[in-house]
Amino acid sequence: MPTATATDVHESAAHNSAAHNSAAADRATLLGAWRAHRNAELTTHLAYHGSPPLPQRGDRTWPERFAAAIEESGLTGRGGASFPSATKLRLVGSARGNPTLVVNAMEGEPASAKDKVLLSCVPHLVLDGAELAASALGATRIVVCVAADRPDILAGVVRAVKERAGSSLAPVPVEVQQPPARYVAGEESALVSWLNSGPGAPSWRPDKRTPLTIGRRPVLVHNAETLAHMALVARYGASAFRAVGTTDAPGTALVTVSGGVEHPGVYEVAMGTTLGSVIERTRPTADVAAVLTGGFGGSWVSAAALDTPYAPRPLAEVGGVVGPGVLVVLTRRACGIAETARLARYMAGESAGQCGPCVFGLPAVADDLAYLAIGTRDRDAIRRLEMRVATVDGRGACRHPDGVARMVRSALSVFASDAAAHGAGRPCVFANEPSVLPPTVIAPLVPTS
Amino acid sequence: MSSVIKVNPIACEAYGYCAELLPELVTLDEWGYPIVDGSAVPAHLVELARRAAKDCPRRAFLLQRAVGP
Repeated sequence: MPTATATDVHESAAHNSAAHNSAAADRATLLGAWRAHRNAELTTHLAYHGSPPLPQRGDRTWPERFAAAIEESGLTGRGGASFPSATKLRLVGSARGNPTLVVNAMEGEPASAKDKVLLSCVPHLVLDGAELAASALGATRIVVCVAADRPDILAGVVRAVKERAGSSLAPVPVEVQQPPARYVAGEESALVSWLNSGPGAPSWRPDKRTPLTIGRRPVLVHNAETLAHMALVARYGASAFRAVGTTDAPGTALVTVSGGVEHPGVYEVAMGTTLGSVIERTRPTADVAAVLTGGFGGSWVSAAALDTPYAPRPLAEVGGVVGPGVLVVLTRRACGIAETARLARYMAGESAGQCGPCVFGLPAVADDLAYLAIGTRDRDAIRRLEMRVATVDGRGACRHPDGVARMVRSALSVFASDAAAHGAGRPCVFANEPSVLPPTVIAPLVPTS
Repeated sequence: MSSVIKVNPIACEAYGYCAELLPELVTLDEWGYPIVDGSAVPAHLVELARRAAKDCPRRAFLLQRAVGP
Protein backbone atom coordinates (compact mmCIF):
# COMPACT_ATOMS: atom_id res chain seq x y z
CA MET A 1 0.00 0.00 0.00
CA PRO A 2 1.60 3.33 -0.99
CA THR A 3 2.43 5.82 1.70
CA ALA A 4 4.05 9.20 1.41
CA THR A 5 7.79 8.68 1.32
CA ALA A 6 10.34 11.38 0.71
CA THR A 7 10.85 10.43 -2.93
CA ASP A 8 7.15 10.26 -3.71
CA VAL A 9 6.68 13.63 -2.16
CA HIS A 10 9.34 15.24 -4.28
CA GLU A 11 8.01 13.63 -7.42
CA SER A 12 4.43 14.62 -6.86
CA ALA A 13 5.36 18.08 -5.72
CA ALA A 14 7.21 18.48 -8.96
CA HIS A 15 4.84 16.78 -11.34
CA ASN A 16 1.62 18.33 -10.33
CA SER A 17 1.12 21.87 -11.44
CA ALA A 18 -0.78 24.21 -9.19
CA ALA A 19 -4.40 24.88 -9.88
CA HIS A 20 -3.71 27.54 -12.47
CA ASN A 21 -1.56 27.55 -15.55
CA SER A 22 -0.17 30.91 -16.58
CA ALA A 23 3.54 31.37 -15.91
CA ALA A 24 2.97 34.69 -14.10
CA ALA A 25 0.44 33.16 -11.72
CA ASP A 26 2.71 30.16 -11.18
CA ARG A 27 5.41 32.54 -9.95
CA ALA A 28 3.30 33.44 -6.91
CA THR A 29 2.94 29.81 -5.79
CA LEU A 30 4.82 27.96 -3.07
CA LEU A 31 6.27 25.24 -5.29
CA GLY A 32 6.61 27.09 -8.61
CA ALA A 33 10.36 27.64 -8.22
CA TRP A 34 10.93 23.98 -7.44
CA ARG A 35 8.86 22.88 -10.42
CA ALA A 36 10.83 25.17 -12.73
CA HIS A 37 14.35 24.43 -11.49
CA ARG A 38 14.31 21.41 -9.17
CA ASN A 39 16.87 23.19 -7.05
CA ALA A 40 16.56 24.51 -3.51
CA GLU A 41 19.66 26.74 -3.45
CA LEU A 42 19.60 30.42 -2.56
CA THR A 43 20.84 31.61 -5.96
CA THR A 44 18.05 29.72 -7.74
CA HIS A 45 15.50 31.05 -5.28
CA LEU A 46 16.64 34.66 -5.80
CA ALA A 47 16.80 34.28 -9.57
CA TYR A 48 13.22 33.04 -9.58
CA HIS A 49 11.57 35.25 -6.95
CA GLY A 50 13.97 38.19 -6.58
CA SER A 51 15.00 39.49 -3.16
CA PRO A 52 12.46 39.56 -0.36
CA PRO A 53 11.20 43.13 0.25
CA LEU A 54 12.80 43.51 3.70
CA PRO A 55 12.58 46.99 5.26
CA GLN A 56 15.23 49.66 4.70
CA ARG A 57 16.97 50.79 7.87
CA GLY A 58 14.83 53.36 9.67
CA ASP A 59 11.65 52.73 7.66
CA ARG A 60 9.13 53.02 10.48
CA THR A 61 5.99 52.57 8.40
CA TRP A 62 7.16 49.28 6.89
CA PRO A 63 5.85 46.98 9.69
CA GLU A 64 2.36 48.40 9.34
CA ARG A 65 2.48 48.16 5.54
CA PHE A 66 3.53 44.51 5.83
CA ALA A 67 0.76 43.73 8.34
CA ALA A 68 -1.77 45.53 6.14
CA ALA A 69 -0.75 43.47 3.09
CA ILE A 70 -1.11 40.24 5.10
CA GLU A 71 -4.49 41.41 6.36
CA GLU A 72 -5.67 42.31 2.86
CA SER A 73 -4.51 38.93 1.55
CA GLY A 74 -6.84 37.15 3.97
CA LEU A 75 -4.09 34.61 4.77
CA THR A 76 -5.00 32.23 7.57
CA GLY A 77 -2.68 29.97 9.57
CA ARG A 78 -1.91 26.66 7.89
CA GLY A 79 -0.95 24.73 11.01
CA GLY A 80 -4.47 23.63 11.83
CA ALA A 81 -6.47 26.42 13.43
CA SER A 82 -6.97 28.56 10.27
CA PHE A 83 -6.67 31.71 12.40
CA PRO A 84 -6.18 35.04 10.54
CA SER A 85 -2.40 35.55 10.32
CA ALA A 86 -2.56 39.36 10.42
CA THR A 87 -4.47 39.28 13.73
CA LYS A 88 -1.79 37.06 15.22
CA LEU A 89 0.97 39.40 13.99
CA ARG A 90 -0.74 42.43 15.50
CA LEU A 91 -1.47 40.75 18.84
CA VAL A 92 2.18 39.89 19.41
CA GLY A 93 3.43 43.12 17.81
CA SER A 94 1.58 45.12 20.46
CA ALA A 95 3.06 43.17 23.40
CA ARG A 96 6.04 44.53 25.37
CA GLY A 97 9.58 43.36 24.75
CA ASN A 98 11.44 42.09 21.65
CA PRO A 99 9.59 39.01 20.48
CA THR A 100 10.93 35.71 19.27
CA LEU A 101 9.53 34.31 16.05
CA VAL A 102 9.18 30.52 16.05
CA VAL A 103 8.91 28.63 12.77
CA ASN A 104 6.93 25.48 13.44
CA ALA A 105 8.24 22.75 11.13
CA MET A 106 7.61 19.91 13.58
CA GLU A 107 5.44 17.89 11.19
CA GLY A 108 3.89 16.15 14.19
CA GLU A 109 0.97 14.95 12.11
CA PRO A 110 2.05 11.51 10.82
CA ALA A 111 0.09 11.79 7.58
CA SER A 112 1.58 15.19 6.70
CA ALA A 113 4.69 15.71 4.62
CA LYS A 114 4.39 19.39 3.77
CA ASP A 115 7.05 20.66 6.18
CA LYS A 116 9.44 18.17 4.62
CA VAL A 117 8.57 19.37 1.11
CA LEU A 118 8.77 23.07 1.99
CA LEU A 119 12.12 22.80 3.75
CA SER A 120 13.65 20.44 1.19
CA CYS A 121 12.36 22.15 -1.95
CA VAL A 122 11.78 25.83 -1.09
CA PRO A 123 13.47 26.47 2.28
CA HIS A 124 14.33 30.05 1.35
CA LEU A 125 10.69 30.96 0.87
CA VAL A 126 10.04 29.85 4.47
CA LEU A 127 13.10 31.74 5.72
CA ASP A 128 12.08 34.87 3.73
CA GLY A 129 8.70 34.72 5.44
CA ALA A 130 10.33 34.29 8.83
CA GLU A 131 12.68 37.27 8.28
CA LEU A 132 9.80 39.43 7.02
CA ALA A 133 7.48 38.55 9.90
CA ALA A 134 10.32 38.95 12.41
CA SER A 135 11.18 42.38 10.97
CA ALA A 136 7.54 43.42 11.15
CA LEU A 137 7.42 42.43 14.83
CA GLY A 138 10.77 43.90 15.80
CA ALA A 139 11.82 40.38 16.74
CA THR A 140 15.45 39.80 17.65
CA ARG A 141 15.52 36.03 17.29
CA ILE A 142 14.12 33.44 14.88
CA VAL A 143 13.95 29.81 15.97
CA VAL A 144 13.17 27.07 13.45
CA CYS A 145 11.82 23.99 15.24
CA VAL A 146 12.38 20.61 13.60
CA ALA A 147 11.49 17.38 15.42
CA ALA A 148 14.48 15.51 16.86
CA ASP A 149 13.78 12.42 14.74
CA ARG A 150 13.72 14.27 11.41
CA PRO A 151 17.32 14.57 10.16
CA ASP A 152 15.85 14.69 6.64
CA ILE A 153 14.04 17.97 7.36
CA LEU A 154 16.91 19.30 9.47
CA ALA A 155 19.43 18.94 6.62
CA GLY A 156 17.50 21.26 4.31
CA VAL A 157 16.99 23.87 7.03
CA VAL A 158 20.61 23.90 8.16
CA ARG A 159 21.90 24.21 4.60
CA ALA A 160 19.57 27.10 3.84
CA VAL A 161 20.29 28.93 7.10
CA LYS A 162 24.04 28.69 6.40
CA GLU A 163 23.59 30.08 2.88
CA ARG A 164 22.02 33.29 4.23
CA ALA A 165 23.90 33.71 7.52
CA GLY A 166 25.50 37.11 7.88
CA SER A 167 23.94 38.44 4.66
CA SER A 168 21.34 41.16 4.25
CA LEU A 169 18.80 38.36 3.85
CA ALA A 170 19.23 37.45 7.51
CA PRO A 171 18.73 40.73 9.41
CA VAL A 172 17.34 38.67 12.31
CA PRO A 173 19.59 35.74 13.27
CA VAL A 174 18.15 32.26 12.78
CA GLU A 175 18.80 29.30 15.02
CA VAL A 176 17.57 25.73 14.60
CA GLN A 177 16.24 23.73 17.54
CA GLN A 178 15.14 20.11 17.80
CA PRO A 179 12.31 19.56 20.28
CA PRO A 180 11.26 15.99 21.08
CA ALA A 181 9.51 14.03 18.34
CA ARG A 182 5.99 13.61 19.64
CA TYR A 183 2.57 14.33 18.22
CA VAL A 184 1.77 17.04 20.78
CA ALA A 185 5.29 18.57 20.82
CA GLY A 186 4.34 20.81 17.90
CA GLU A 187 1.40 22.35 19.76
CA GLU A 188 2.43 25.96 20.30
CA SER A 189 2.44 26.01 24.09
CA ALA A 190 4.42 22.73 24.06
CA LEU A 191 7.00 24.22 21.70
CA VAL A 192 7.31 27.31 23.87
CA SER A 193 7.62 25.12 26.99
CA TRP A 194 10.55 23.32 25.40
CA LEU A 195 12.20 26.58 24.29
CA ASN A 196 11.88 27.70 27.93
CA SER A 197 13.89 24.60 28.95
CA GLY A 198 10.66 22.95 30.06
CA PRO A 199 9.45 19.42 29.32
CA GLY A 200 8.00 20.31 25.91
CA ALA A 201 4.47 19.37 26.89
CA PRO A 202 1.38 21.53 26.34
CA SER A 203 0.52 23.95 29.12
CA TRP A 204 -2.90 24.74 30.51
CA ARG A 205 -4.02 28.18 29.37
CA PRO A 206 -7.51 28.93 30.64
CA ASP A 207 -7.34 32.27 28.85
CA LYS A 208 -5.94 31.73 25.35
CA ARG A 209 -5.53 35.48 24.90
CA THR A 210 -2.64 35.50 27.36
CA PRO A 211 0.40 35.68 25.09
CA LEU A 212 3.03 32.95 25.28
CA THR A 213 6.47 34.07 26.42
CA ILE A 214 10.08 32.92 26.43
CA GLY A 215 11.41 34.32 29.67
CA ARG A 216 9.48 37.59 29.70
CA ARG A 217 9.53 38.13 25.97
CA PRO A 218 6.53 37.46 23.74
CA VAL A 219 6.62 34.65 21.18
CA LEU A 220 4.89 34.26 17.87
CA VAL A 221 4.62 30.71 16.53
CA HIS A 222 3.83 30.34 12.85
CA ASN A 223 3.54 27.22 10.74
CA ALA A 224 6.21 26.94 8.02
CA GLU A 225 3.62 27.07 5.23
CA THR A 226 2.02 30.21 6.64
CA LEU A 227 5.38 32.00 6.58
CA ALA A 228 6.10 30.88 3.01
CA HIS A 229 2.77 32.41 1.97
CA MET A 230 3.77 35.64 3.73
CA ALA A 231 6.93 35.77 1.62
CA LEU A 232 4.78 35.53 -1.53
CA VAL A 233 2.27 38.15 -0.34
CA ALA A 234 5.10 40.58 0.50
CA ARG A 235 6.60 40.14 -2.99
CA TYR A 236 3.62 39.83 -5.29
CA GLY A 237 0.93 41.62 -3.28
CA ALA A 238 -2.32 40.65 -1.64
CA SER A 239 -4.18 40.72 -4.96
CA ALA A 240 -1.92 38.05 -6.49
CA PHE A 241 -2.63 35.88 -3.46
CA ARG A 242 -6.37 36.48 -3.76
CA ALA A 243 -6.34 35.77 -7.51
CA VAL A 244 -6.41 32.08 -6.58
CA GLY A 245 -8.83 30.36 -4.22
CA THR A 246 -12.19 31.66 -3.02
CA THR A 247 -13.30 34.96 -1.48
CA ASP A 248 -13.62 33.27 1.89
CA ALA A 249 -10.49 31.19 1.60
CA PRO A 250 -8.01 32.84 -0.78
CA GLY A 251 -4.70 31.44 -1.99
CA THR A 252 -3.29 28.00 -2.48
CA ALA A 253 -2.73 25.35 0.16
CA LEU A 254 -0.42 22.38 0.52
CA VAL A 255 -2.31 19.14 0.92
CA THR A 256 -0.65 15.83 1.76
CA VAL A 257 -2.69 13.04 0.23
CA SER A 258 -2.09 9.43 1.25
CA GLY A 259 -4.00 6.20 1.85
CA GLY A 260 -5.51 4.16 -0.96
CA VAL A 261 -4.01 6.13 -3.83
CA GLU A 262 -1.37 5.42 -6.47
CA HIS A 263 0.38 8.78 -6.15
CA PRO A 264 0.57 9.88 -2.54
CA GLY A 265 2.37 13.13 -1.97
CA VAL A 266 2.17 16.83 -1.29
CA TYR A 267 0.04 18.83 -3.71
CA GLU A 268 -0.37 22.57 -3.97
CA VAL A 269 -4.02 23.22 -4.74
CA ALA A 270 -6.17 26.31 -5.01
CA MET A 271 -8.43 26.66 -2.00
CA GLY A 272 -11.94 25.81 -3.10
CA THR A 273 -10.90 23.00 -5.47
CA THR A 274 -13.35 20.17 -4.86
CA LEU A 275 -12.24 17.38 -2.57
CA GLY A 276 -12.97 14.95 -5.39
CA SER A 277 -10.70 16.64 -7.91
CA VAL A 278 -7.83 16.86 -5.41
CA ILE A 279 -8.15 13.14 -4.78
CA GLU A 280 -8.64 12.26 -8.44
CA ARG A 281 -5.15 13.59 -9.21
CA THR A 282 -3.68 11.06 -6.81
CA ARG A 283 -5.40 8.12 -8.57
CA PRO A 284 -7.38 6.20 -5.95
CA THR A 285 -6.73 2.46 -6.15
CA ALA A 286 -10.46 1.60 -5.91
CA ASP A 287 -13.79 3.38 -5.41
CA VAL A 288 -13.49 5.93 -2.62
CA ALA A 289 -15.59 5.26 0.48
CA ALA A 290 -14.50 8.14 2.70
CA VAL A 291 -11.70 10.61 3.32
CA LEU A 292 -10.02 11.47 6.59
CA THR A 293 -9.68 15.26 6.49
CA GLY A 294 -7.40 17.36 8.70
CA GLY A 295 -5.23 14.51 9.96
CA PHE A 296 -5.46 12.06 12.83
CA GLY A 297 -7.31 14.54 15.02
CA GLY A 298 -9.47 15.57 12.08
CA SER A 299 -12.69 14.18 10.72
CA TRP A 300 -13.97 11.51 8.32
CA VAL A 301 -16.02 12.75 5.38
CA SER A 302 -18.16 10.41 3.30
CA ALA A 303 -17.50 9.95 -0.42
CA ALA A 304 -21.00 11.35 -0.94
CA ALA A 305 -19.50 14.77 -0.13
CA LEU A 306 -16.59 14.65 -2.61
CA ASP A 307 -18.00 17.62 -4.53
CA THR A 308 -17.36 19.83 -1.47
CA PRO A 309 -14.84 22.64 -2.03
CA TYR A 310 -11.59 22.14 -0.11
CA ALA A 311 -11.71 25.18 2.22
CA PRO A 312 -12.46 25.58 5.94
CA ARG A 313 -16.09 26.72 5.77
CA PRO A 314 -17.51 24.42 3.07
CA LEU A 315 -15.69 21.44 4.60
CA ALA A 316 -17.12 22.26 8.02
CA GLU A 317 -20.62 22.05 6.53
CA VAL A 318 -20.05 18.38 5.70
CA GLY A 319 -18.28 17.65 8.98
CA GLY A 320 -14.77 17.96 7.58
CA VAL A 321 -11.79 20.09 8.49
CA VAL A 322 -8.78 21.53 6.64
CA GLY A 323 -6.55 21.40 9.72
CA PRO A 324 -2.88 21.07 8.76
CA GLY A 325 -3.74 20.03 5.18
CA VAL A 326 -4.04 16.26 5.28
CA LEU A 327 -6.27 13.89 3.32
CA VAL A 328 -6.18 10.12 3.84
CA VAL A 329 -8.22 8.23 1.25
CA LEU A 330 -10.18 5.17 2.32
CA THR A 331 -11.36 3.02 -0.57
CA ARG A 332 -14.19 0.51 -0.51
CA ARG A 333 -11.56 -2.18 -0.03
CA ALA A 334 -10.80 -1.06 3.53
CA CYS A 335 -12.63 -0.96 6.85
CA GLY A 336 -13.35 2.47 8.33
CA ILE A 337 -13.91 1.08 11.81
CA ALA A 338 -10.59 -0.80 11.82
CA GLU A 339 -8.72 2.26 10.55
CA THR A 340 -10.41 4.46 13.15
CA ALA A 341 -9.38 1.98 15.85
CA ARG A 342 -5.76 2.19 14.66
CA LEU A 343 -5.90 5.99 14.62
CA ALA A 344 -7.32 6.08 18.14
CA ARG A 345 -4.66 3.65 19.42
CA TYR A 346 -1.91 5.79 17.96
CA MET A 347 -3.38 9.00 19.38
CA ALA A 348 -3.79 7.42 22.83
CA GLY A 349 -0.08 6.60 22.78
CA GLU A 350 0.78 10.17 21.81
CA SER A 351 -0.85 11.80 24.84
CA ALA A 352 1.62 13.92 26.77
CA GLY A 353 0.44 12.00 29.83
CA GLN A 354 -0.47 15.08 31.82
CA CYS A 355 -4.27 15.11 32.08
CA GLY A 356 -6.34 12.29 33.54
CA PRO A 357 -9.19 12.35 31.02
CA CYS A 358 -6.65 11.99 28.18
CA VAL A 359 -4.40 9.46 29.97
CA PHE A 360 -7.29 7.14 30.88
CA GLY A 361 -9.93 8.19 28.36
CA LEU A 362 -8.05 7.78 25.09
CA PRO A 363 -6.88 4.18 25.78
CA ALA A 364 -10.45 3.32 26.84
CA VAL A 365 -11.79 4.76 23.58
CA ALA A 366 -9.09 2.90 21.63
CA ASP A 367 -10.00 -0.38 23.40
CA ASP A 368 -13.71 0.08 22.67
CA LEU A 369 -12.92 0.69 19.01
CA ALA A 370 -10.53 -2.26 18.81
CA TYR A 371 -13.13 -4.71 20.10
CA LEU A 372 -15.70 -3.18 17.76
CA ALA A 373 -13.26 -3.49 14.85
CA ILE A 374 -12.65 -7.20 15.32
CA GLY A 375 -16.40 -7.76 15.58
CA THR A 376 -16.86 -8.55 19.25
CA ARG A 377 -20.61 -8.88 19.69
CA ASP A 378 -21.58 -6.09 22.08
CA ARG A 379 -24.91 -4.28 21.71
CA ASP A 380 -23.75 -1.58 24.08
CA ALA A 381 -20.44 -0.84 22.32
CA ILE A 382 -21.52 2.17 20.27
CA ARG A 383 -23.42 3.85 23.10
CA ARG A 384 -20.43 3.40 25.42
CA LEU A 385 -18.07 4.82 22.83
CA GLU A 386 -20.27 7.87 22.32
CA MET A 387 -20.39 8.41 26.07
CA ARG A 388 -16.62 8.07 26.53
CA VAL A 389 -15.87 10.34 23.62
CA ALA A 390 -18.12 13.00 25.16
CA THR A 391 -16.28 12.51 28.46
CA VAL A 392 -12.83 13.25 27.04
CA ASP A 393 -13.90 16.11 24.75
CA GLY A 394 -12.58 19.47 25.97
CA ARG A 395 -11.11 18.07 29.18
CA GLY A 396 -7.38 18.27 28.49
CA ALA A 397 -4.95 21.18 28.76
CA CYS A 398 -4.51 21.03 25.00
CA ARG A 399 -6.88 19.95 22.25
CA HIS A 400 -5.41 16.48 21.75
CA PRO A 401 -8.41 14.65 23.30
CA ASP A 402 -10.82 16.97 21.45
CA GLY A 403 -9.28 15.94 18.14
CA VAL A 404 -9.68 12.25 18.97
CA ALA A 405 -13.28 12.88 20.03
CA ARG A 406 -14.03 14.63 16.76
CA MET A 407 -12.37 11.93 14.67
CA VAL A 408 -14.18 9.07 16.45
CA ARG A 409 -17.56 10.82 16.34
CA SER A 410 -17.17 11.39 12.62
CA ALA A 411 -16.35 7.70 12.16
CA LEU A 412 -19.47 6.62 14.04
CA SER A 413 -21.49 8.85 11.76
CA VAL A 414 -19.81 8.21 8.38
CA PHE A 415 -19.43 4.46 9.03
CA ALA A 416 -22.68 4.14 11.02
CA SER A 417 -23.98 1.03 9.29
CA ASP A 418 -20.56 -0.64 9.44
CA ALA A 419 -20.32 0.18 13.14
CA ALA A 420 -23.72 -1.39 13.77
CA ALA A 421 -22.76 -4.54 11.87
CA HIS A 422 -19.44 -4.82 13.76
CA GLY A 423 -21.28 -4.38 17.07
CA ALA A 424 -23.65 -7.16 16.08
CA GLY A 425 -20.69 -9.49 15.61
CA ARG A 426 -20.52 -9.12 11.83
CA PRO A 427 -17.27 -7.24 11.05
CA CYS A 428 -16.72 -6.31 7.41
CA VAL A 429 -14.45 -8.51 5.31
CA PHE A 430 -11.75 -5.85 5.07
CA ALA A 431 -11.26 -5.46 8.83
CA ASN A 432 -8.14 -7.65 8.68
CA GLU A 433 -6.71 -6.14 5.49
CA PRO A 434 -3.46 -4.14 5.65
CA SER A 435 -4.00 -0.59 6.88
CA VAL A 436 -3.88 2.44 4.59
CA LEU A 437 -2.22 4.47 7.36
CA PRO A 438 1.51 5.26 7.47
CA PRO A 439 3.32 2.10 8.67
CA THR A 440 5.02 3.98 11.51
CA VAL A 441 1.72 4.48 13.30
CA ILE A 442 0.21 1.02 13.00
CA ALA A 443 -0.08 -1.05 16.16
CA PRO A 444 -2.00 -4.31 16.66
CA LEU A 445 -5.73 -3.57 16.94
CA VAL A 446 -6.13 -5.29 20.27
CA PRO A 447 -3.19 -4.96 22.67
CA THR A 448 -1.53 -8.29 23.39
CA SER A 449 -0.50 -7.41 26.97
CA MET B 1 -19.74 39.58 40.18
CA SER B 2 -20.35 35.95 39.26
CA SER B 3 -17.77 33.22 39.63
CA VAL B 4 -17.00 30.12 37.61
CA ILE B 5 -15.18 26.92 38.47
CA LYS B 6 -12.17 25.86 36.46
CA VAL B 7 -10.18 22.68 36.87
CA ASN B 8 -6.52 22.64 35.92
CA PRO B 9 -6.44 19.24 34.19
CA ILE B 10 -2.65 18.93 34.45
CA ALA B 11 -2.59 19.52 38.22
CA CYS B 12 -5.70 17.45 39.04
CA GLU B 13 -4.97 13.97 40.40
CA ALA B 14 -8.55 12.86 41.00
CA TYR B 15 -8.65 13.16 44.80
CA GLY B 16 -12.35 13.90 44.36
CA TYR B 17 -12.83 16.14 47.41
CA CYS B 18 -14.46 18.78 45.20
CA ALA B 19 -17.22 16.39 44.14
CA GLU B 20 -17.89 15.46 47.77
CA LEU B 21 -18.15 19.06 48.84
CA LEU B 22 -20.06 20.26 45.80
CA PRO B 23 -22.08 17.45 44.22
CA GLU B 24 -24.44 20.10 42.84
CA LEU B 25 -21.72 21.43 40.52
CA VAL B 26 -19.10 18.71 40.21
CA THR B 27 -19.55 15.18 38.90
CA LEU B 28 -16.77 12.66 38.47
CA ASP B 29 -16.02 10.77 35.28
CA GLU B 30 -15.47 7.01 35.33
CA TRP B 31 -11.80 7.54 36.23
CA GLY B 32 -12.57 9.91 39.08
CA TYR B 33 -11.71 13.22 37.43
CA PRO B 34 -14.08 16.14 38.01
CA ILE B 35 -16.44 17.39 35.31
CA VAL B 36 -17.65 20.98 35.63
CA ASP B 37 -19.86 22.75 33.12
CA GLY B 38 -18.37 26.26 33.30
CA SER B 39 -21.62 28.00 34.23
CA ALA B 40 -21.84 30.66 36.95
CA VAL B 41 -21.74 29.38 40.53
CA PRO B 42 -25.09 30.16 42.26
CA ALA B 43 -24.69 32.61 45.18
CA HIS B 44 -25.67 30.06 47.84
CA LEU B 45 -22.88 27.69 46.73
CA VAL B 46 -20.06 30.21 46.46
CA GLU B 47 -18.86 29.62 50.00
CA LEU B 48 -18.69 25.85 49.46
CA ALA B 49 -16.89 26.36 46.15
CA ARG B 50 -14.32 28.52 47.93
CA ARG B 51 -13.78 25.77 50.43
CA ALA B 52 -13.41 23.18 47.68
CA ALA B 53 -10.75 25.35 46.08
CA LYS B 54 -8.92 25.72 49.41
CA ASP B 55 -9.14 22.01 50.21
CA CYS B 56 -7.94 20.70 46.86
CA PRO B 57 -4.63 18.94 47.63
CA ARG B 58 -3.32 19.76 44.15
CA ARG B 59 -4.69 23.32 44.03
CA ALA B 60 -6.28 22.26 40.75
CA PHE B 61 -9.79 23.42 41.63
CA LEU B 62 -10.08 27.13 40.92
CA LEU B 63 -12.83 29.63 41.55
CA GLN B 64 -12.47 32.50 39.13
CA ARG B 65 -14.36 35.63 38.31
CA ALA B 66 -16.42 35.14 35.17
CA VAL B 67 -14.90 36.90 32.16
CA GLY B 68 -16.94 38.76 29.57
CA PRO B 69 -20.70 39.11 29.19
